[in-house]
Amino acid sequence: MNNFRREVMVFLRTVRGRAYPRLIGLQREKSWMFFEIFLPLLGTSAFVFIYRALGAKPEFTGFVVLGGAMTAYWMNVLWSMATQFYWEKETGNLALYLIAPTSRMAILLGMALGGMAATTVRALAVLLLGSLVFQVTFTVSNWGALVLVFLLTLVALYGLGMIFASAFLLYGREAWHMANLLQEPVFLLSGFYFPIKSLGFWISAGASLIPITLGLDAMRQILYPQAGWGFLDVGTETTILALLSVVFLIAAHRMLLFLENVARREGRLTVRGQ
Amino acid sequence: MTIPVLQRETWRESLRSLKVATWLGWQIESNWTEPFLFAVYSIAKPVAGAMILVVMYLVVSGGQTNNPLFPYIYLGNAFYIYVGSVLMGISWAVIDDREHYGVLKYIYVSPIHVYFYLLGRGVARTLTGTIAVIITLTFGMLVFKLPVNLLTMNHALFWPVFLIGLAGLALIGILLAGLTLITARHNYFMGEAVAGALYLLCGAVFPLDVLPKSLQYIGLGLPMTYWLEGLRRALIGTSASPLLAPFSNETILIILLGSTLLVGAISLGFYRWCERRAKEKGLIDMQTMY
Repeated sequence: MNNFRREVMVFLRTVRGRAYPRLIGLQREKSWMFFEIFLPLLGTSAFVFIYRALGAKPEFTGFVVLGGAMTAYWMNVLWSMATQFYWEKETGNLALYLIAPTSRMAILLGMALGGMAATTVRALAVLLLGSLVFQVTFTVSNWGALVLVFLLTLVALYGLGMIFASAFLLYGREAWHMANLLQEPVFLLSGFYFPIKSLGFWISAGASLIPITLGLDAMRQILYPQAGWGFLDVGTETTILALLSVVFLIAAHRMLLFLENVARREGRLTVRGQ
Repeated sequence: MTIPVLQRETWRESLRSLKVATWLGWQIESNWTEPFLFAVYSIAKPVAGAMILVVMYLVVSGGQTNNPLFPYIYLGNAFYIYVGSVLMGISWAVIDDREHYGVLKYIYVSPIHVYFYLLGRGVARTLTGTIAVIITLTFGMLVFKLPVNLLTMNHALFWPVFLIGLAGLALIGILLAGLTLITARHNYFMGEAVAGALYLLCGAVFPLDVLPKSLQYIGLGLPMTYWLEGLRRALIGTSASPLLAPFSNETILIILLGSTLLVGAISLGFYRWCERRAKEKGLIDMQTMY
């Protein structure tokens, strides 16, 4: 029993320890915050102006602002989760993680929780500034459903990020390019700037494996109930998101064990400058 | 040695620097994976980027592509690929060589011209950008029947505008490289910030007319606005921007040339100042570990 308790405490301390730099990093270099809000806002503004040039209905501006805010999470998953072990390998920290007497899942979980919290500040800023600048009004039809969908989206999304982190453990320089490759195609497939329903049923169904697809669609339905652009109903999308959360977390755990062993055997854990 | 011989040697060295940097840049850009994955990477990114705008357009237009805004958006987005490639390519060469590979100091002590070395790295990114632009344009012409005819397009306008615009981009890239040399914690954002701001302000994917008045004035002061407008006019013959419509093709070309020369003068002066400052402060081999 004592042993179990000690392991739980170590797990929790690791989560806190790995989340700490993510949170403290927020205030260490405050000017970064400006860029991290300003850059997504530039892209979001450009997409809003496209809709305005095309004479689209006002809800499309809301769709874009919400999508623009959610890009912060996807970018965080790609660059601060998926590629994290690659950066750690480059700076020589990865070996230290591996010899530390703690769970690698706790390290990933700490990274995810810290990243989520730090990114939420940025996403909220993009949402608020975007809404103010472009005079977007959201009508929340169900606060409980909105919060639940948002949280499930984050759990599933960061679960996917943990899977990527394990997979990218094997990569060298390719990790950077692979993360780069997962930007525009995912922005397209997940409907960051337009309703996913417009891609047709089968493409939307396939894209639903990326949790942000259904999360964004459900949130748009809750915020714009009259728009009629929903892919599936909110209840179904919430259930799928819950399933994805469980599946991705279990898969991340298994993949981490498997790929760490592969990386050890092939001597890839300490290769730098590859 | 006489002065003409010295000048010839300097030029030879500069050209060699450009050639070697282009080759090195191409290797860095392309040899990280198998040719097949590189081809997928080269196709997927630009096509997906273009498709986002296409789907946005189709959702609003109900599937029609006969609105003049469609080729406006598509072509602007396709050629804008160069802006990201060249600006980021040149400024990131400094970050890569200094922070990642730790070789910038060796480049400075070797018998090459750093200015031409950086331009060469930009040329490599221009090559990969060209692949993406060609793929995006071909995709648009085949799938969405973009009204572009490569035989009947205005070649006399296209090529001067295209080349002057690329030169302008390279010069802005050099300016950013200078800024990168003397900054520590913000250099990662700079290329992206400038490319993002230009995307918004130079009417890349929507006519400048929809911007607020104050931003329209900024847009009218940017060389990239005239570059993209000139390219669109050369390819499809018309302008979808009432704000730029009064400018004749010749005027567009003259403004582009004049603003590029101005940017060039500022860029060269600024880069030299940054380089001197970086040497004085010992920043050439700085390792920030970010």
